[in-house]
Amino acid sequence: MIRGFLFQLGRYILLIRQVFKRPEKQSIYIRQIIIEMENLGLDSLGIVAFISVFMGAVLCIQMAFNVDTPLIPLYTIGFATRQSVVLEFSPTIISLILAGKVGSRISSEIGTMRVTEQIDALEIIGINPATYLIFPKIVASMFINPILIMMSMILAVFGGWLAGSLTGLVPSSEYIYGIKAFFEVYDIYYALIKAVVFAFLIVSISGYHGFYTKGGALEVGAASTKGVVHSSMAIIVFNLILTKILLA
Amino acid sequence: MIEAGNVSKSFGDHLVLDGISVKFETGKCNLIIGQSGSGKTVLMKCMVGLYEIDSGKVMYDDRVFSRMSFDEMKVIRQELGMLFQGGALFDSMTVEENIIFPLSMFTDQSPEQKRDRANFCLSRVKLENVNKLYPSELSGGMKKRVAIARAIGMNPKYLFCDEPNSGLDPHTANVIDNLISELTQEYNMTTVINTHDMNSVIEIGDKIAFIHKGKLWWEGDKDTILKSDNEVLNEFVFATELTRKLKQK
Ligand SMILES: Nc1ncnc2c1ncn2[C@@H]1O[C@H](COP(=O)(O)OP(=O)(O)OP(=O)(O)O)[C@@H](O)[C@H]1O
Ligand SMILES: [Mg+2]
Repeated sequence: MIRGFLFQLGRYILLIRQVFKRPEKQSIYIRQIIIEMENLGLDSLGIVAFISVFMGAVLCIQMAFNVDTPLIPLYTIGFATRQSVVLEFSPTIISLILAGKVGSRISSEIGTMRVTEQIDALEIIGINPATYLIFPKIVASMFINPILIMMSMILAVFGGWLAGSLTGLVPSSEYIYGIKAFFEVYDIYYALIKAVVFAFLIVSISGYHGFYTKGGALEVGAASTKGVVHSSMAIIVFNLILTKILLA
Repeated sequence: MIEAGNVSKSFGDHLVLDGISVKFETGKCNLIIGQSGSGKTVLMKCMVGLYEIDSGKVMYDDRVFSRMSFDEMKVIRQELGMLFQGGALFDSMTVEENIIFPLSMFTDQSPEQKRDRANFCLSRVKLENVNKLYPSELSGGMKKRVAIARAIGMNPKYLFCDEPNSGLDPHTANVIDNLISELTQEYNMTTVINTHDMNSVIEIGDKIAFIHKGKLWWEGDKDTILKSDNEVLNEFVFATELTRKLKQK
């Protein structure tokens, strides 16, 4: 098992080195990056918005139930909601959601290209398939995921406000005061650094599983599952590492 | 000329190619024949560098291909076209984009020049009005023809075809065989074709290499193949009633 892991890790590192080789023709890569931004970013807008608003609402209501004493000012609810959203919920949970959505898409797309010999065809044309297929996706995701995460933060905080006001648990003015209180710009950087690292993990790991798919349709399915599971696990582990480093 | 010199290749402890030496000549259709699973595809992929060979060498004219780095191989690959067993068209691209893609990557042609070239290649494989279709919208035979068009897009000196007519009706199969043979003569390409179709063998086999049990078992051409007294070869060649009748004549 450990040997298996080391083999995979070694092959993963070699693949990543391939990916960052000099591209054949820049203009084509720029076009690919734009296409991937659309595929990986715009397509995820809906689900990210949907989940963020609802999670923000739930967070706010839970905070309100926990702050059920006159000793703690109501604006604390706004403050606590914002902190959870910015520090953990948006960067980590949304990245996990994206690992599921984007990761499975990438593994199955590249895996299908592998089993239908399209990757061999790229190589025969004289193109480095690892660079051509994975590099634009990595660049696009590392650029677009932080934007999605920022958007998620705003929408989740908004969801909290909506829930707080509609249920009457938190007056609007208190909530808004709370979300502005003790604001540290560093927290945003912290979240965005996570978003960028997680984006890299999602694309590179699911791309890796797609790239080394063997066999046929069945194996493409298996590769897609592995892509999602392994990139989610990597996110969880790196979340701990980054939290330790960045908040130390 | 392409030459495989004592090429061996195994997967794990399964020896697929066992010291194969064979020369493929320029301006001719060189056929590799053998039963399903005999290693034709593996041999072809070894020759184009998709599989690393365990020992031996592969030469393109006087260049030693098998010892090249990926970047050195690129030079030869731009002189090389390949038709894969399943077509391997890029399914995110239209027919036209499939053909133009190598040109965009490696030439500085204008969009018009590239489109003209694509139309020319499509006309060579007798396809019209398919430029904007996606591979999923084509029939099996059309896919094969588009794949040929893509393979000849860069004017290759070397053309590899892995079972160009498997899964096609006899007429379309024949059309594709003749097309490849025509292109080979016209552009003086070195063409290597994997097949187990006896029709192709008799139709276009300028040079034939028979692979059996990982070895080069027999070599010849379409005239000598029917007269050989090699037992294993005869079992392969005269497997059907039709070919047996041919022998009696
Ligand atoms: N990537 C691989 N890994 C392991 N074994 C392989 C691989 N590719 C091929 N083989 C084995 O090599 C042998 C030859 O396969 P190959 O695909 O070359 O046959 P073929 O002659 O092209 O057959 P067909 O006419 O059916 O296409 C088979 O026994 C196959 O199991
Ligand atoms: Mg084959």
